[in-house]
Amino acid sequence: MGPQFEIPSTSTTKFNLGVQTDFLRSQVKNLSFSYNPKEKIILKNVSLPIFDKKVTALIGPSGCGKTTLLRCFNRMHDLYNEVSYDGEILLYPESKNILSRDVDPMEVRMRIGMVFQKPNPFPKTIYENVAYGLRVRGIKKKSYMDEKIEVSLQQAGLWTEVKDRLNAQATSLSGGQQQRLCIARALVTDPEILLLDEPTSALDPISTSHIEELIVELKKDVTILIVTHNLHQAARCSDYTAFMYLGDLIEYGPSNLIFTNPSDKRTENYITGRFG
Amino acid sequence: MSELKAFTSANHPTRRWRKIKDRLIETVLLLAACSSVFVTLGIVYILVSESLPFFETVSFKEFLTGREWTPMFAEAKFGIRPLVAGTFMATFIAVCVAIPLGTIVSAYLSEYLKPRAREALKPILELLAAVPSVVYGYFALLFVTPMLQKIMPNLGGFSVLSAGIVMGIMIIPYVSSLSEDAMRSVPAHLREASAALGSTKFQTTLRVVIPSAFSGISSAYVLGISRALGETMVVAIAAGMQPNLTLDPSEPAATITAFIVQVSLGDLPHGSIGYQSIYVAGLTLLVLTLIFNILGMWIKSQIQEKE
Amino acid sequence: MFQAQASRLTKESMGEVDIARNLKWRRMKNFMFSVVGLLTLLFAICTLLALFIDLALTGVPRISAEFFTSFPSRFPEKAGILSAWVGSLAVMVVTAFVAIPIGVAAGIYLEEYAPKNFFTKIIELNIINLAGVPSITFGLMALGLFVYKLKFGQSILTAGMTLGLLVLPIVIVTTREAIRTIPNSIREASYGLGASHWQTIQHHVLPYSSGGILTGVIISLSRAIGETAPLITIGALTFIAFLPTAPVSEVFPYVSFQWLSDAFTVMPIQMFNWVSRPQKEFHVNAAATGTVLLIMTLLMNGVAIFIRYRFRRRMKW
Repeated sequence: MGPQFEIPSTSTTKFNLGVQTDFLRSQVKNLSFSYNPKEKIILKNVSLPIFDKKVTALIGPSGCGKTTLLRCFNRMHDLYNEVSYDGEILLYPESKNILSRDVDPMEVRMRIGMVFQKPNPFPKTIYENVAYGLRVRGIKKKSYMDEKIEVSLQQAGLWTEVKDRLNAQATSLSGGQQQRLCIARALVTDPEILLLDEPTSALDPISTSHIEELIVELKKDVTILIVTHNLHQAARCSDYTAFMYLGDLIEYGPSNLIFTNPSDKRTENYITGRFG
Repeated sequence: MSELKAFTSANHPTRRWRKIKDRLIETVLLLAACSSVFVTLGIVYILVSESLPFFETVSFKEFLTGREWTPMFAEAKFGIRPLVAGTFMATFIAVCVAIPLGTIVSAYLSEYLKPRAREALKPILELLAAVPSVVYGYFALLFVTPMLQKIMPNLGGFSVLSAGIVMGIMIIPYVSSLSEDAMRSVPAHLREASAALGSTKFQTTLRVVIPSAFSGISSAYVLGISRALGETMVVAIAAGMQPNLTLDPSEPAATITAFIVQVSLGDLPHGSIGYQSIYVAGLTLLVLTLIFNILGMWIKSQIQEKE
Repeated sequence: MFQAQASRLTKESMGEVDIARNLKWRRMKNFMFSVVGLLTLLFAICTLLALFIDLALTGVPRISAEFFTSFPSRFPEKAGILSAWVGSLAVMVVTAFVAIPIGVAAGIYLEEYAPKNFFTKIIELNIINLAGVPSITFGLMALGLFVYKLKFGQSILTAGMTLGLLVLPIVIVTTREAIRTIPNSIREASYGLGASHWQTIQHHVLPYSSGGILTGVIISLSRAIGETAPLITIGALTFIAFLPTAPVSEVFPYVSFQWLSDAFTVMPIQMFNWVSRPQKEFHVNAAATGTVLLIMTLLMNGVAIFIRYRFRRRMKW
């Protein structure tokens, strides 16, 4: 797929990578970001790999910039400010910098999907919620849509529960079901990367474990980048973990390494609960 | 499936077309939003341009100091004072009714009633504002006037008093609605602080809530007075349409607005003196309302400064 | 006497006598205010009731099918409101056609596109200002601009445009408020799926706010139907014994717009005309018209409130 990850020379991050056997789907290269040129810099020269069909977790205390980094991937910041990104996020195999001015944010969002912290289904029917991603592209053929919607709902583990009531209002579903619906909605367009922004923080433990099982299943089809406060979740579900603190990427490596034997003292303090 | 596997460049025709379409939509919407500005400009332009010819034949001095307003007579007189007096008198009476009653009602609704009762009674008060003004005019002429005549036997069939009272009742919801919103948004902790010092509800309302909400309440007053200045049908029906320079509310009189209606009922050839006179009257009303609004803003800023 | 004074002074400095009396006095003032407040509220409500009842008692006996299907006449018993209510209906149609597109479009622009700068502030200030302009001033503007400069004449079209501009601020404000209730999370979900700004407005913003917008439209129309002064100013006739030209025609294209340029009258003007006459019988007619007007206004407001209630229940975020 893509090239191998080269650690940038200017990076202060501790990368525990060794010999890479996985290929890159995307790569963040020297990314710095602030909402306003005069204001505080939120991301400081971050570089990290996103490996194809793997789950990468972004962890760190509140305010470390992990959600800001996540939202750079689908250019969400462009909605609010005239932002300028300093650095690159490359998407493979084209090696295109999706942060460049040349690239239309809308097209980025058509290829990189997002699931938000609080489930936000549209006040429409279940069918229409999932169908929206297709409609936006101008797809109208019903048979095709029906098929894609069924596949997405199955991928999200929701099909058996809703197959008989696709015309019910999405808001009649429970919180966990709504979030799975949002996952199905994001999957229907076959995104190359799926961004999950603390997807279970608003859900009860049972729904949370459903979705964690889902994530492990989903990575067979789609690359996943997940921001989470829940360290156990990160340890359970992710293949790679990146620890961020105050805008810096402190450490990155395979999850089992990070959680059992972190190299940086700050990572160790965070994981063991000494702060954050 | 319309797969999007490659990013289009900025010059791609689809992207350029979409950008043009987006711009077009935004421009149309912007024009719609600017419509309000166009209307304001249109009003000012028409009022000024149609009034100018008037001042070619009538001196400004006569206009401001004359005591009679009879533009349609053979021996026409063009003193604006009777109309201004009528407008002020009617507004004054309306305000004397609406402001005290409106403030008391809003304080009562906001501070004394339980939420359920408030939700039930407030819409009824709002209904007062929904009644068309011509219906109020009927009410003033054929119900209120006879009632007043029982108390004041010398009252004529048309009087500014009757019209003013009904106008005041009509304006109560304008005053009370905004005032009540202002009072309710006074934070609870202020009331609690007052209550903790042993105040009664009345004292809390009078000394804490109303002063805190004064900005909103004064806006409500300004709104009510503006509304009274511009009211037409109630005075046209119940106060008679004869311009009359007097400060006695039991007499009939015409307001600026009633005069415009009276002339419009007849024939109005474009550019005739009658036509010009209604524009002058309208312009006068505009200027009066403007002066009053500025005054209102100034008073408000003075009070806010003191806080 | 000295002794009484002295002892009273001591008690006062200890604060005993004062407190009991002070408390009683304050409690009484509080109670009196609640009484006054209630009485004032009741006074307002009673006035409204008196108005309704007086109008209905006088007017209802006069209301009949004949009343609705007769033209005005010199004879009060024969006079009816046919031309008036047809005129009102026609004018309302034009008003809606003017106020809805411009008002909703302006509301969308202000909520979805407008940057927070000086220019936008001017527009917003203007809208607030327009809401306070007396209705007769709109009539004056329409007379000069629409009737004479643009030569639309003293017609239904002019009337509809005048009232449309008059109620425009109401539509704009309610559209904005309806759009504001849509949470940002829904917008982000839409953009996140690759929708464009306009697609998001088309598929989400407008449908979800349509209940609020409809409510605002109905309320604005209920306000317009009772307007008298601006229409008199633009030259609505107070006595017409004919109807506007029918909108359907016998020849292709089967739709006629002739009615837009016809002379007209509306219900409130008819009522004004009748109440201005000295004869009591015409006053009865006026009362009947007023009752019809009131019922229509109340119905429209009721429908608007009902729609708002139903829509709020349905929209669960």
